[in-house]
Amino acid sequence: MKPITRAAVAAAVTAAFCGVAWAQAKSAADGIAEYRKMLEDGNPAELFEAKGEDLWKKKRGPKNASLEQCDLGKGPGVVKGAFVELPRFFADTGKVQDLETRLVHCMATLQGLDSAEIAKAPFGRGEMANVTALATWVASMSRGMKFNLSQAHAEERRSYEIGKRVFFFRGGTHDFSCAACHSAEGQRIRLQDLPVLTKNPGDGIGFAAWPAYRVSNGEMWSMQLRLNDCYRQQRFPFPGFGSEITVALGTYMGVNAKGAESIAPAIKR
Amino acid sequence: MADPMRIRAQSAAGGKATVRVLMSHEMETGQRRDSAGKVIPAWFIQEVRAEHNGKQVMRAEWSPSVSKNPFLQFSVRGAKAGDKVTIHWTDNKGDKRTDEATVS
Repeated sequence: MKPITRAAVAAAVTAAFCGVAWAQAKSAADGIAEYRKMLEDGNPAELFEAKGEDLWKKKRGPKNASLEQCDLGKGPGVVKGAFVELPRFFADTGKVQDLETRLVHCMATLQGLDSAEIAKAPFGRGEMANVTALATWVASMSRGMKFNLSQAHAEERRSYEIGKRVFFFRGGTHDFSCAACHSAEGQRIRLQDLPVLTKNPGDGIGFAAWPAYRVSNGEMWSMQLRLNDCYRQQRFPFPGFGSEITVALGTYMGVNAKGAESIAPAIKR
Repeated sequence: MADPMRIRAQSAAGGKATVRVLMSHEMETGQRRDSAGKVIPAWFIQEVRAEHNGKQVMRAEWSPSVSKNPFLQFSVRGAKAGDKVTIHWTDNKGDKRTDEATVS
């Protein structure tokens, strides 16, 4: 009698374990997708979009000017479609600039604000919070459009090459590079899927998802802050807001994401 | 003065309207400390009221457990396209905000 019972129990336990394993395989990816779907309906990024749009049109700074004449690459005041072509080379500054550095440039030249002062401000504070809100709004104006970064200018190609080198550069106490986490399929940090950034990761993934609202800390994160946190996790010193390296990483990811549809501003856990 | 709310009101099947509201608020719990170790005082939306064409249809008392930048969704029976939906909130510091939307 006894051995039979034991065998029956063992069979039941095996079946239960199979059930659990199957349920977990489903919940890992689908559960997160379901959760994101629920959050999407009320993305607080909309609040930052509204703030950014207001800041774009408002007369501010020592020169009491709005940003409506700011050239984001498609001519003064053209916002729609600008996000999916940045970073790009700007003849007036002679540099490749990403969205945030370009916005800071406009705030300095048009409004007379101190660009060095803005770049020094911590994320989420003072004028830096305004840069993030502006970036959120500008990104939202290109929602659904496909990434198409220019590589026509020599500086743009140089920026891509720098970005590529930085992406694979290993260092820090953990001997990490960006590529350590972002160059293989199916990698995760806890429950966060890590996109492969050496190629087009797909619509609305990786470069095409930031700026994004982080539910866990209730903050709006720009691409510069995203990179800042990647460096923190790598135990690297951050190369600095708007530095050539961070812009080059943007160029590298943006060029690789060619054809990917932008969903920015997205919502993250 | 607080930042504006984002309100979307859409008529749905069954003579109802679905209202979605995003509020911009810190919703500080009063449990956290700043870098100097001092308690950050609680600061949260305490009362939310919804009106349909000027008539109150919902009143809620909120606590600090509600998240930062809260999202609220509810449906209003009998609301048609063109009707007005008004949301008011008051926080524990007495700051107020009122925004209105038209049902589409």
